[in-house]
Amino acid sequence: MAEEEYQKYYVPAQSVWPIVGAVALFLIAVGAGNFIIESTRDKDGYGAYTLIAGLGLLLVMIVGWFKNQIDESMSGLYSAQLGRSYRQGMAWFIFSEVMFFAAFFGALFYARTISVPWLGGASNNAMTNEVLWPTFEAVWPLLTTPGGDTSTQMGWFGLPLANTIILLISSVTLHYAHTSLETDKRNSVKICLGLTILLGVIFLGLQGYEYIHAYDIGLTLDSGVYGNTFFLLTGFHGLHVTLGTVILMVLFFRVVWGHFTPKEHFAFQAGAWYWHFVDVVWVMLFFFVYIL
Amino acid sequence: MVSTTDTTHSGDHDADTQDHVASDHIDDHHHHEAPYGISRWLLTTNHKDIGTLYLWFAFIMFLVGGAMAMVIRAELFQPGLQIVEPNFFNQMTTVHGLIMVFGAVMPAFTGLANWMIPLMIGAPDMALPRMNNWSFWILPFAFLILLSSLFMEGGGPAFGWTFYAPLSTTYSSDSTALFVFSVHIMGISSIMGAINVIVTIFNMRAPGMTYMKMPLFVWTWLITAFLLIAVMPVLAAAVTMVLTDKFFGTSFFDAAGGGDPVLFQHIFWFFGHPEVYIMILPAFGIISQIVPTFSRKKLFGYASMVYATGAIALLSFIVWGHHMFTTGMPVEYEIFFMFATMLVSVPTGVKVFNWVATMWRGSISFEIPMMFAIAFIVLFTIGGLSGLMLAIVPADFQYHDTYFVVAHFHYVLVTGAIFSIMAAVYYWLPKWTGKMFDITLAKWHFWCSLVSVNVLFFPMHFVGLAGMPRRIPDYALQFADFNKWISVGGFAFGLSQLIFLALIIKACRHQGESVSSQVWDGAEGLEWEIPSPAPYHTFETPPIVR
Repeated sequence: MAEEEYQKYYVPAQSVWPIVGAVALFLIAVGAGNFIIESTRDKDGYGAYTLIAGLGLLLVMIVGWFKNQIDESMSGLYSAQLGRSYRQGMAWFIFSEVMFFAAFFGALFYARTISVPWLGGASNNAMTNEVLWPTFEAVWPLLTTPGGDTSTQMGWFGLPLANTIILLISSVTLHYAHTSLETDKRNSVKICLGLTILLGVIFLGLQGYEYIHAYDIGLTLDSGVYGNTFFLLTGFHGLHVTLGTVILMVLFFRVVWGHFTPKEHFAFQAGAWYWHFVDVVWVMLFFFVYIL
Repeated sequence: MVSTTDTTHSGDHDADTQDHVASDHIDDHHHHEAPYGISRWLLTTNHKDIGTLYLWFAFIMFLVGGAMAMVIRAELFQPGLQIVEPNFFNQMTTVHGLIMVFGAVMPAFTGLANWMIPLMIGAPDMALPRMNNWSFWILPFAFLILLSSLFMEGGGPAFGWTFYAPLSTTYSSDSTALFVFSVHIMGISSIMGAINVIVTIFNMRAPGMTYMKMPLFVWTWLITAFLLIAVMPVLAAAVTMVLTDKFFGTSFFDAAGGGDPVLFQHIFWFFGHPEVYIMILPAFGIISQIVPTFSRKKLFGYASMVYATGAIALLSFIVWGHHMFTTGMPVEYEIFFMFATMLVSVPTGVKVFNWVATMWRGSISFEIPMMFAIAFIVLFTIGGLSGLMLAIVPADFQYHDTYFVVAHFHYVLVTGAIFSIMAAVYYWLPKWTGKMFDITLAKWHFWCSLVSVNVLFFPMHFVGLAGMPRRIPDYALQFADFNKWISVGGFAFGLSQLIFLALIIKACRHQGESVSSQVWDGAEGLEWEIPSPAPYHTFETPPIVR
């Protein structure tokens, strides 16, 4: 048995998708770099077009590559051992995402506990405060920067709290979708998964609304380190929710098409892990960015 | 026949069928042979092809980065400004560093991992072969972007490979946006490569290849891959903050907005210190393969080698502050980082001790890989000892940002990492090509490199201790004599690598005497049981390890 399993470890033949993906990433990097230079420096150029071309090509790559994967999986080429490779690969990928967010949380903690207090004269920095910005007062959230920019605090009650509840519920519904899949209750899978997607979309809508509100009340990306950490943390989280929602939508259609069995559904599992990870990040965010 | 079966990757091996598998694990009736032409390399999913691509890419980048070092040494041959503009000089030091770290050393190790890890653990390929191709092919594009930014308006990156803020934010050219995205791609490549290595090792070991039977090259790469996944995302976050600080008005690294330029250094070195171990742990693995072979003894202290590697990896997360002793950190942190750093010398000392103990009373033959390995042990230890000097806070106040630091990290990276890569190439090249390489050329390469690299880097200790600052295109007159010799050593070391290039080209044309599957007299391990050259597909059914 085990030996059969080994013999079947599927080493794919040549594939065109990785090199397509490499060209796509090249176009995205060149495009994004030039687009940022051009848009912030008021220059003309082809950055935006290159970026869009790269994103389009990446989409083609993803569709083509996944189609290959799905066809191979559906024709029974994959073994349990390969399934473990995919699961472990996904788990390590999520770990890398954790470290990415950890760096931004680290920046937040550093600003709150070190750089802002030190600018206010804490530790051995009395003269820093005295010489650079004698009128600066160290408080968090930092609504008046040493340089004099002002902004407004985003409270945790109301919209952020609602968003927290929405995401937490979405994790529960996704979990029920997963257990329903494992017990082969197709309709229940569709309902729970559909509900999760709906909650994700609502979350994103409310998040967009919150951003507009933030800019109205003067909390902007460039309004000092409070605004910086607020927007980059929530922004990268929002990007991940967007990606997660797209993944769940793809999974929804694959459920409808009957791709998954109660035992074989790696793609579903990976998507679910990703969603729960994004959810955990939000809870951390809600706690450290909004409440504290 | 009962074999030791590793229960972690599939608990239910049938001992009878395994016997059958063991007997024909070398048979090679492939379902597809090596394809021809350019598409073989563009579309490949074969770990050997991808390993070759990585190694060639790394070598080309090594020559490109080396050419930049030649520009630096030409400018520093004499005091005064004579050949290049200071801004171009800064671009050369920056891009030389970036290319050597991300373009030469790391891809070379990944190439070796791709080639050797499946062979060493008896796996048919890497666990995720298509992703393997992707993680290679995005690299040339990343360096195309980085190198082309040199020709943009305002020039390329000129802020040092460490891209400290505010040099990379307030004072950099606009091409920094392209630098940022090229680093993102390098990071994606490294993370995907590392995931592949970890999953391959966890999931693809042949029956009986238990963790404590794995060759040390596999062990060190497993731990390296963990470090890569842990810290490359932190680098991605650092460049992202540089990007938003420069272009979108954030102030992570700007005190006027409540941030701190020192925050950049914390984030960068939280990545950067594990990164330097990423560049040395696989080297430890290589040396631990080569020394036993040519001493004709088992590696002394296998288990302690594994634990020492793990200890070095864990310590690498709590020593980053030693790069920042002069930033005005509170003194209790400086002391913490000083002692934590000194602690690294314990597991590293264990390793050096074990290599020497392996050679002790062995019947040593001084063949080319062994010569590089012994040079590694001696010269890397010199770099380690200067590292200990730098770890001492009050001493570092003197050494910081001088050529002493440059001497230190070039001893660990050139005579350390790069010598180990050369040792590995000489060690496994006959297995890859099936022919013995040109030993006369190899000896020329070794001796020319060994002499010139010390002429190049050893005097840097002296000018550094005397106070010559790094990354400056000019220097005071009293450093002129030493710098002349450093430059001569640099040019000689650079030229010596052309011998290596010639040797590799000859080897790739399959010139030379055929070798046996074992190649080296004392070589042990699965990679020496398959034919030389290694067939396009190996271990399609796994071997049994007892």
